[in-house]
Amino acid sequence: MEKPLTQNIKSDGSYCTLDEYRRNGGYEAARKAVLEMEPQQITQTVKDANLLGRGGAGFNTGMKWSFVDISDPNVQRYVIANGDEMEPGTFKDRMLLEGDPHQLIEGMIIAAKALQATKGYIFVRWAYKKAHRVIQQALDEAYQAGMLGNNIFGSNFSFELHLHTSVGRYICGEETALINSLEGKRANPRAKPPFPQISGLFGKPTIVNNVETYCNIPHIIKHGPVWYKSLSRSSEGGTKLYGVSGRVKNPGLWELPLGVTIRELLFDYAGGMQDGYKFRGLLPGGASTDFLVEEHLDTPMDFASVAKAGSRLGTGTMIVMDDQTCPVAFVHNLIRFFANESCGWCTPCREGLPWVEKVLEKIERGEGTEKDIDILRFHTKYLGPGNTFCALAPGAMEPLQSALKYFIDDFYRHIHEKKCPWKHE
Amino acid sequence: MITIYIDGKSYQVEEGDNLLRTCIKLGIDIPYFCYHPALGSVGACRLCAVKRYRDANDKNGRIVMSCMEPVTDSMIVSVNDEEVKNFRAAVIESLMTNHPHDCPICDEGGECHLQDMVVKSGHTYRRFEFKKRTFKNQYLGPYIHHEMNRCIQCYRCVRFYADYAGGKDFGVTGVHNKLYFGRFEEGPFDSIFSGNLVEVCPTGVFTDKTLRSHYTRKWDLTNAPSICTHCAVGCNLILGERYGQVRRVLNRYNDAVNGFFICDKGRFHYEYINNPDTRILQSQLNGKPAVKDETLAAFRSRLSSGRTVAIGSSVASVEANYLLRQLVGPENFYADMPADSWEVITTLRKIYDSAEVRVLTVKEIEQAEGILVLGEDVYQSAPRLALAIRQSIRNKPLRKASKINIPAWHANAVKTFIGTERGPLFVAHPQPTWLDEMSLQTYRKDAGELEQLAEAIVDLLEGKALAPNKLNEEARHILNAWSDCNSVAIVCGTSLKNKRLVELSAKIASLLRKNNINSGIYCITPRANSMGLGILTEQSLDILTKSPTAEHVIILEPVFELTDEVKSWLNGCKNITVMQHSRNEFTGIANLVVASATVAESEGTLVNAEGRMQRYFSVMPPQEGIAAAWKWLVDVKQENIGYDDLLTAIANDIPHYRQITEVAPGAGYRINGMKIPRQTPRFSGRTSMLAHVNVHEPKPAEDKNSPLAYSMEGTRQNTHGSLISFYLMPGWHSVQATNKILRELDQVVNARSTGIRIWNS
Repeated sequence: MEKPLTQNIKSDGSYCTLDEYRRNGGYEAARKAVLEMEPQQITQTVKDANLLGRGGAGFNTGMKWSFVDISDPNVQRYVIANGDEMEPGTFKDRMLLEGDPHQLIEGMIIAAKALQATKGYIFVRWAYKKAHRVIQQALDEAYQAGMLGNNIFGSNFSFELHLHTSVGRYICGEETALINSLEGKRANPRAKPPFPQISGLFGKPTIVNNVETYCNIPHIIKHGPVWYKSLSRSSEGGTKLYGVSGRVKNPGLWELPLGVTIRELLFDYAGGMQDGYKFRGLLPGGASTDFLVEEHLDTPMDFASVAKAGSRLGTGTMIVMDDQTCPVAFVHNLIRFFANESCGWCTPCREGLPWVEKVLEKIERGEGTEKDIDILRFHTKYLGPGNTFCALAPGAMEPLQSALKYFIDDFYRHIHEKKCPWKHE
Repeated sequence: MITIYIDGKSYQVEEGDNLLRTCIKLGIDIPYFCYHPALGSVGACRLCAVKRYRDANDKNGRIVMSCMEPVTDSMIVSVNDEEVKNFRAAVIESLMTNHPHDCPICDEGGECHLQDMVVKSGHTYRRFEFKKRTFKNQYLGPYIHHEMNRCIQCYRCVRFYADYAGGKDFGVTGVHNKLYFGRFEEGPFDSIFSGNLVEVCPTGVFTDKTLRSHYTRKWDLTNAPSICTHCAVGCNLILGERYGQVRRVLNRYNDAVNGFFICDKGRFHYEYINNPDTRILQSQLNGKPAVKDETLAAFRSRLSSGRTVAIGSSVASVEANYLLRQLVGPENFYADMPADSWEVITTLRKIYDSAEVRVLTVKEIEQAEGILVLGEDVYQSAPRLALAIRQSIRNKPLRKASKINIPAWHANAVKTFIGTERGPLFVAHPQPTWLDEMSLQTYRKDAGELEQLAEAIVDLLEGKALAPNKLNEEARHILNAWSDCNSVAIVCGTSLKNKRLVELSAKIASLLRKNNINSGIYCITPRANSMGLGILTEQSLDILTKSPTAEHVIILEPVFELTDEVKSWLNGCKNITVMQHSRNEFTGIANLVVASATVAESEGTLVNAEGRMQRYFSVMPPQEGIAAAWKWLVDVKQENIGYDDLLTAIANDIPHYRQITEVAPGAGYRINGMKIPRQTPRFSGRTSMLAHVNVHEPKPAEDKNSPLAYSMEGTRQNTHGSLISFYLMPGWHSVQATNKILRELDQVVNARSTGIRIWNS
């Protein structure tokens, strides 16, 4: 099984240096893209590979790039890597940032060439201290070796790439909030249109892609779309980093063909549930996705299939809930996070999430009433897609609305028994 | 024009505007908070939600924010769909989870946009049963009271203060539902436009501290349309009165002049009207109180005692100045400014008379793509104009935004796209000014160098060879930057007392016009009616003080500097009559002080810097013993004429003022036989107003000089923008009702811009 994304990641925790990276064929794709390929050709190749955005939205990356007008050489354009990985349960980009920084840099160089962007930023989550160090070292190495800066690889193309360490807000994972934050403004999302491809960082055409997305690029350029699509088990190209956390025997992160089933992931790789714990449900792609349960275990983990099952692939890093965890407390914990991370821009999210959080806390405390269930259900609609300014609140409602579907009896037990049945005296 | 469908009805509307504004214009009510006509759309509050349908077959539709939705041809929307109505009610319910239920003691109460929107949206009973979040308030200076608990986070305040007005000491901090709108630390606001927060805030976070100091419920105010007298821009105001005191000042919308905003001088500096320590409550003859007849008798006897001269006033009404000029004869009537200043005014008048240059409005300045400020510190001398100039720097970059389909109302997208780019604003002034940092280039030059700069521009425009010592490069740079501008404004002023700069400004503007660039000038004059006085006399104060002393000098509402020169000249006069409302140096040396009324107790016409005649009306009758200066002068002459007759006389006598009768409807104007009330239909407690003194209800005072009544009786129909005493429409009790009123005015008569321009270019 080919594992292009993680092939250079070492088990001792040290990062793959420039020399090591080059020894394994690194920067050949970037050299090829910069010296031999036309921008449109690169974009078309990425589009043909059907690489879908790995940040969670699953939009065709090449398609996204094609919206940038590259005709005017005097216009400043930017490429940005979104490494603000703050989705609860998600730790896939961290592995790539800490283990193989040059793969990301190479992917961004290729993207920069395709988009005729001469400046780029790697936006990394505040808490990823090790990643900051590693990325900075790798950037220094790349600058020294002439892969970044002026006339890279001796061409007439120049590309400056910088590391930006954020202050740690979940909303910075939303690309327009990230851009605002990078500009030094409050991390509020922007209204779309205009999309960043038209008016992004400092009002200039900008592409923001997830770290994992960029890491796929060098391999697509090197081996071509046909090879890339052959890696996958679905029509969506490539491999994917999948993670499993929760009370499983072997929690972890694996690079696997896109489209492995949940069952394979959960039992073959994560080793199944720990002894004494039973499976109740899982969030397939981070905290802002709907619960899937037993009946969904044979769902392939690709964007289309998970959507069909009623959830989202999201980041592809699942959180497993067992029978000894209270679903109400589980959801409450997530909502508390989302309420805290609301940027405060729009009313439903800013005021709705704290209300939901308080109601869940009240039910968990054993003081809930059946009317509280109505209030929760009401909010799952009220904070739905389109009603809020960005996707934060609708995402926050996904675990709640599905918990109210699959675990409603547990909510009522709290109300009727006037306590949390999972709490021991 | 395109066709859109709202709840099954079709409408012809303009393409490109947002749906919310389109609906407001159509008279369809959609509740909103964060949208503001001058600040644009940001989509934060989510209250203006409507349903949008893909096509006629789409039965479900989706919820969209009308403020963020451009209207497109054949668009199908519903405002009254049940689902979207419930959504709007839910938004209100959300906001009310934290908003204190302190309406009965809130200063905003009765005039609160939030109250209106709660009622309109249909949220009634509370389901939220947890504690509200609370904040500490800040001391924000003497004018504005802060009450953060009431905040509904519409972001209008920071969008106005920081984005629109360029303030740097106020902003938003915090996240999630703990957003704080305030200053970095306690203290007075830096910006002179801070008072607008009172009107911009849809609820009671920012309230008027001057009103608090003598609070009255908003619906108990008697109101009247007025004009600001603090500078020559002539912003339109509404004064609010109760128990003989002016309690507060609001902005009165005038499309061409102040729009939605005024400065803090206009809003807060009215307390002199109420000050019993400085007001002249009764005329004084030789230091002793004099009743009306004694005053008139003394005045008349002085007139017949020998040569009488008069000094007019650049802050008093055209009417009073005209009558005084009549009384002493034009040859004995002088301006209240020394020669150097007055020469600039007379020069300016001649320029305007020549009709060679377009005289711009504040609105046109706001819309100009290029501006040169030549020798005036606009922020100091005409703050509202500086605010307009600040807006103009977006115009040229906005063209690029519209090319990539970012509409001008999409406030944050425009802000992002434009970034630090700015249009060609050039500021040339000897000292640093507020506009410097917004300009493309600042030239800090003395007056002589400014002349050279302007001359170089003129020479370049005329295609002449340039003299070597001029600021040629700078001039070229300016003209190059303007080469693709659709409109250019030259802003000059009288502060430097340099008439050459004014002449050159006009020259540049007229030459630009010959080069097919739409351009004109705005010249800031020193005081509220300097242009009005400029029409009545060319004689400066210096001419008077250099002439032999007179038997009797009458000084109308003097605010000029009492220099040693003036003082010694006045010392040679036997009798000095000063007509004034508040004590100052002049009333100290006068042996007859005539108690004249302030702008709040009288009516009159002022001519602003652009030559716009505007009428102010009394908000309360003057106390016994006080009268409008024009009224005193009519009585002195024993001419039994009313205010309308006076206007007719002025119109017939002075060609410049031939339209003065049309500035506002005359005293005889009625709608269906009714006057127009100064009090809202909600005015309460009239019978109990003075009940602690006398249980008999006093008869409302009669106003013979205007179509306005000191009462709540009369017609609610309003057909003239100059007669707006309050913004109140059914369901709209706050200043947001401006939108509704404007719509109604548009239908009857286009009265968004009121006042009549003398030089109607």
